[in-house]
Amino acid sequence: MELRARIPSGPLADKWDRHRFEMKLVNPANKRRYTVLVVGSGLAGASAAASLAELGYQVRCFCFQDSPRRAHSIAAQGGINAAKNYQNDGDSIWRLFYDTIKGGDFRAREANVYRLAQISVDIIDQCVAQGVPFAREYSGYLANRSFGGAQVSRTFYARGQTGQQLLLGAYQALCKEIARGTVVMHPRTEMLDLILVDGRCRGIVTRNLVTGEVLAHVADAVVLATGGYGNVFYLSTNARGSNVTATYRAWKRGAAFGNPCFTQIHPTCIPVSGDYQSKLTLMSESLRNDGRVWVPRQAGDHRAPHEIPEPERDYYLERKYPSFGNLSPRDIASRAAKEVCDEGRGVGPGGRGVFLDFADAIARLGRETIEERYGNLFEMYQRITDENPYRVPMRIYPAVHYTMGGLWVDYNLMSTIPGLHVLGEANFSDHGANRLGASALMQGLADGYFIIPVTIGDYLATTRLEKITTDHPEVRGAMEAVERRTSRLLSVRGSRTVDSFHRELGSLLWDKCGMARTAGGLTEALRRIPEIRAEFWENVTVPGSDAHLNQALEKANRVADYLEFAELMCRDALHREESCGGHFREEHQTPDGEASRDDDRFAYVAAWEYAGDGAEPVLHREPLVFENVQLAQRSYK
Amino acid sequence: MTTLHLKLLVWRQAGPHAAGRFVRYDAPDLSPDMSFLEMLDVVNERLIAQGEEPIAFDHDCREGICGSCGLVINGVAHGPMRGTATCQLHLRSFRSGQEVVIEPWRAKAFPVVRDLIVDRGALDRIIAAGGYISARTGGVPDANAVLVPKDDADAAMDAAACIGCGACVAACPNASASLFAAAKIAHLGLMPQGQPERPERVLRMVTQMDMEGFGNCTNIGECQEACPKLISIDVIARMNRDFLRASMFGGEGRVTGGGEA
Repeated sequence: MELRARIPSGPLADKWDRHRFEMKLVNPANKRRYTVLVVGSGLAGASAAASLAELGYQVRCFCFQDSPRRAHSIAAQGGINAAKNYQNDGDSIWRLFYDTIKGGDFRAREANVYRLAQISVDIIDQCVAQGVPFAREYSGYLANRSFGGAQVSRTFYARGQTGQQLLLGAYQALCKEIARGTVVMHPRTEMLDLILVDGRCRGIVTRNLVTGEVLAHVADAVVLATGGYGNVFYLSTNARGSNVTATYRAWKRGAAFGNPCFTQIHPTCIPVSGDYQSKLTLMSESLRNDGRVWVPRQAGDHRAPHEIPEPERDYYLERKYPSFGNLSPRDIASRAAKEVCDEGRGVGPGGRGVFLDFADAIARLGRETIEERYGNLFEMYQRITDENPYRVPMRIYPAVHYTMGGLWVDYNLMSTIPGLHVLGEANFSDHGANRLGASALMQGLADGYFIIPVTIGDYLATTRLEKITTDHPEVRGAMEAVERRTSRLLSVRGSRTVDSFHRELGSLLWDKCGMARTAGGLTEALRRIPEIRAEFWENVTVPGSDAHLNQALEKANRVADYLEFAELMCRDALHREESCGGHFREEHQTPDGEASRDDDRFAYVAAWEYAGDGAEPVLHREPLVFENVQLAQRSYK
Repeated sequence: MTTLHLKLLVWRQAGPHAAGRFVRYDAPDLSPDMSFLEMLDVVNERLIAQGEEPIAFDHDCREGICGSCGLVINGVAHGPMRGTATCQLHLRSFRSGQEVVIEPWRAKAFPVVRDLIVDRGALDRIIAAGGYISARTGGVPDANAVLVPKDDADAAMDAAACIGCGACVAACPNASASLFAAAKIAHLGLMPQGQPERPERVLRMVTQMDMEGFGNCTNIGECQEACPKLISIDVIARMNRDFLRASMFGGEGRVTGGGEA
């Protein structure tokens, strides 16, 4: 396998323009002869499907939910970054580029990140034109808020529902194309395999989740926009259905997986309350604009928060990182929370929690202002915990939230399988080892609205594709593999539920491959995972059949993939003997406990190639070359 | 810690054409901090362990925003807590020993798929009929070139908060989707960007709604009571005004683009 990143030559600021000029175009009249499959209907998938259809391509779009509007992008709360510099506070494309590269702890590609920052301004224009109801000033101009890891105010938002509003914008654009007949939508449909013919990606195999029917769809190119794999941990802020299956099966068909160990643990989530817990709920990072994070100075101080006087409180983020304070980046804030809890200073049941306190902000700005800014988040918190955050501080704790790792793609967002493109959280490309807040929405929409519509044309215009039908032996083979696996899952008829395996895997990963990792712990996980997997295939029980809507079967399919994918994640984490961003190896830290990178050995993207079941995956390295920024230890002090 | 014991009466239906029936399930040892869906998870884990098929229900984000979940609980869409989707309802809203009747959304336009899952494709087709602003990707003006008065933006956002769950339909004695359609019409109609297509939009969306078999609005107001985002029926009055105006003065015709109902 050869990793060709295809980064255009020339100065950073000119690369994308120049590349757009150099790419081959598909004649407008010929576009309708091409069929493109888009898997996933979140921000990246819906925007790509709509934009490709507007250009004239025949598009088929797939999602496992009952409607494309329900993809998990809908749950993003805080906002979307753009280098508009509407605040005149010194922002620029260059600054957004630099903040993102630095925020990612220098483990992302310069060229991709710069392009992202350039496109960010177009995204806001596009969304406003679609009618996204962004927050406004009384003047009618757009409002901004601040987010972690930046000292400028560049985040656009729609209350605490920014993801929802952006997704509805993309979904409505998609619906417009569905009505025109240029997009055929397949809801409640899950992709279970990829079809390769002559080394090129030519389609997918799907299962209709209502009827169980397995179908093949052949096409000229495939776009995966299937999100991240945070649910490998069982408990995460992801929607319950979010899964790794599409990207993992693409990996098994030959797409390299980039940096699978780069996972983001978000600092502000509602703590776990019991064993029955099915998911964790995020409290937007935007809350850290006005909320102050603290724990008692003394370990074991169980007094109610209002009984703890100021001098006995430790506002540890403000103390340790005076220049960024409560707006320190996510990886740093999460680790700091873990540290104070490990010291026995955590609050709430089980001691795994810290306070996020709005008392000062309410005193300074009044309750009404706080309500206007965060009202829906406060309500959500109260519904879940039965505590009123206007009166008592919120209790928060870090939780798995996002995965920076994903399928490796070149500058055109194409994977190592020609014809297979990967967008949004499903690819590895822009966030390095840590993503900054309000940047996921930006990337999803940049990929879908503005990058793929151009780059896919270059692939189609420069590639000769033979016509194939669903009778092709490769197609039949892929369908049969899917059917075999489904019947195997149904035939085990053991005694343990799918969820019990998923929980077991999740707690192992959280322990050994979560916020802090060690060689010993990862080795232990690599020993345990195959054991859990072996038991799964001997002892899982999946009731029902494959000929009807069967949610237990859907879950079993996904968990079977997690049980393999988890190994790849731990292997990647073990090989990366440095700490960077969200990947914190305890052996590699500075004397004051910060992540210690090893640029000489690890300034590269780890791209793993599948080598067969039971065989060790092969590591390929894409060196990261920094021509425009100085590699430095990240400091938010 | 206090635990709860609920007696469930759950609608089970094998498929769209199968006959459905209520089945009793005993649900002991529940925590009041559990969400309603986590309670169903626990019941399902027990069913699966006994080799029985779990109760099928739609759910995904479990934080009240994706709109997947939706159950009629003791006759009330999304259950007893106002402004709350089923996934955000917690068992502390119930008392131990209580009987809890759980049904799917019931409406002609929402056929049952299995157990508590219904087909809400009609809502997507209403949006496809005209619930958008036709702004092709690229070639749009700078975001601050179009000013939107804050009050309008706020009112648009109130309407845009709709999660498309369908509770309004389930709660309405006429099974009308007026609150759903009107919320989108209000959101887009309140923004300057939404003006050019405003007359066409309301005509197409209302026509599609009728084609799908939803009932008419008779101003009962159950929809706004059931709405997890507390969207006000004022948007329906606005839709009716827009519809009347468009019928008299604007709009090319009644051709919908939403697809076959």
